[in-house]
Amino acid sequence: MTTAHRRRSYGVKGAPYGFLLPATILFALFFALPIGYAVWLSFHKVHVSGLGLGSGARKEVWAGVENYTDAFTDSELLDGALHVLGYGCIVVPVMLGLALLFALMLDSDRVRLAPFTRLAIFLPYAVPGVVAALLWGFLYLPDVSPFYYVLEKLGLPQPDLLDGGPLYLALSNIAIWGGTGFNMIVIYTSLQAVPAEVYEAAKLDGATPLQIALRIKIPMVAPSLVLTFFFSIIATLQVFSEPTTLKPLTNSVSTTWSPLMKVYRDAFGAGDVYQAAAEAVIIALATLVLSFGFLRGANRRNRQEAAR
Amino acid sequence: MSSLAVHKAPSAAGAAGTARSGPPLRRRIALVPTLTLLLGALYCLLPVAWVVIASTKSGRELFTTFTFLPGTGFTDNLRDLTAYRDGVYWQWMGNSALYAGLGALLSTCVSAFSGYALATYRFRGRETMFNILLAGVLMPPIILAVPQYLLLAKTGLTDSYWSVLLPQILSPYGVYLARIYAAAAVPDDVVEAGRMDGASEWRIFTRIALPMMVPGLVTVFLFQFVAVWNNFLLPYIMLSDDEKFPITLGLFTLLEQGANTPALYTLVITGAFLAVVPLVALFLVVQRFWSLDLLSGAVKS
Repeated sequence: MTTAHRRRSYGVKGAPYGFLLPATILFALFFALPIGYAVWLSFHKVHVSGLGLGSGARKEVWAGVENYTDAFTDSELLDGALHVLGYGCIVVPVMLGLALLFALMLDSDRVRLAPFTRLAIFLPYAVPGVVAALLWGFLYLPDVSPFYYVLEKLGLPQPDLLDGGPLYLALSNIAIWGGTGFNMIVIYTSLQAVPAEVYEAAKLDGATPLQIALRIKIPMVAPSLVLTFFFSIIATLQVFSEPTTLKPLTNSVSTTWSPLMKVYRDAFGAGDVYQAAAEAVIIALATLVLSFGFLRGANRRNRQEAAR
Repeated sequence: MSSLAVHKAPSAAGAAGTARSGPPLRRRIALVPTLTLLLGALYCLLPVAWVVIASTKSGRELFTTFTFLPGTGFTDNLRDLTAYRDGVYWQWMGNSALYAGLGALLSTCVSAFSGYALATYRFRGRETMFNILLAGVLMPPIILAVPQYLLLAKTGLTDSYWSVLLPQILSPYGVYLARIYAAAAVPDDVVEAGRMDGASEWRIFTRIALPMMVPGLVTVFLFQFVAVWNNFLLPYIMLSDDEKFPITLGLFTLLEQGANTPALYTLVITGAFLAVVPLVALFLVVQRFWSLDLLSGAVKS
């Protein structure tokens, strides 16, 4: 009896660790180890002695911060960062603005066709980024695009959407198209969680739907807005598949258009995994600083609002 | 009461700085949201409608007929696509189904174990483990994928099914959702009652907790399925043998070859259309099983 009891209580104590074992092993192998290896690589380089032939001719040696100083003075990486900054300044506000707008509209009284439109706007979430870029890429091509057809019939100028400034808009549009629905659902579900009595009081006071939306609904869903912002910033900095997919259709997307493309090119095109690792570490740190900086700023504002 | 609202509306709209004019009658107020949503739906459906129609056109029709006019070549396109390199397209589809299906299933199991443990047990290091797992969400895929490739290369696993499957099993977001859901759906006293009856911890999990967690786990499965199906970067880095490509990577290589040969455009377009079908069908079938409130619950805490 006592042994059985002891065994059972031991089982309870060990159980959570047992349940967490698969996740722990996977985390160690596919998260911790690769990150540690990337950091290690970023401080090393290959030293080639002689002609570089023979087994001992290529040696990994300590490089200090050399790869990092190279990365910070690399104009391609800087250009990539600027591209993504411009792209992000369009994508994040427009996508989340639309998501909030649609969520508020879905939540308003007497709206028609809500289930259909909600599903339709959410649909692009099911379309892979590569396929989305491919679809829009074709819609940007003058030969097959309906937009150009219409512009031509109307005798209007036909801009090249895959070059210069319009390229930012073209790429942003793909991300906005793909991401609005998901964020709309996040905001909408948190709107649904607000009890109806909150609005009833405001309605009795004669508040208009617009006032209710601006003064009550938006502040109520502020936490989910902060969260969607946070994840959108992260996703935007990681943009890779959309510009990579558009690349075959235009010459204006270079192989280093976004920082991730640059890392890929350096690692596998140029074969310098050490330099690529340093760049990847910089991107990871920049992502953490930017996203957490945003979270801290948002939290501070919330606290000030609450204190008022 | 409604007349009061109507009288107050113009000044409020003016104060808020919107340009919406005209008398905001009750009926019109419902019209604006409906029209806005319809415009949004139109924007989201437009490229999908385009690809559906474009996939019915023959190569010649694609460049000569009006975009939204259906063509006559769908069966020909389908045959050409199937014939392309001995049906490699369907191989890509099958691979995607394998990566996403098996990957999401394994991921859901790991998330269920971890989420259950984190939600129902009090043990040393619980919050630390949870926070470390969550930090995985913030890691850019590139800082993981490049060293993952180099490490897998040392074990000879690159360019294999494993190289795409294994790194995607642990989903920090899945663990997070499973924990939230387990905490809400599995009451502590039910677990305690199971213990009183002498059931083992494993038995309590499989027989009592797991059935209660099913709706949340369906959501975890779907999220992970979509994430794996849509992933491009990882297979792009890991694979070179196109027999193992998922559909995203396959279509990309098809586009790369087809960009300079308009004859291949119809293949790319038909391929893109068919690539969208499985996920959209999956969504339509399972949308009522989605517990989207889990999302808002996850958002709130």
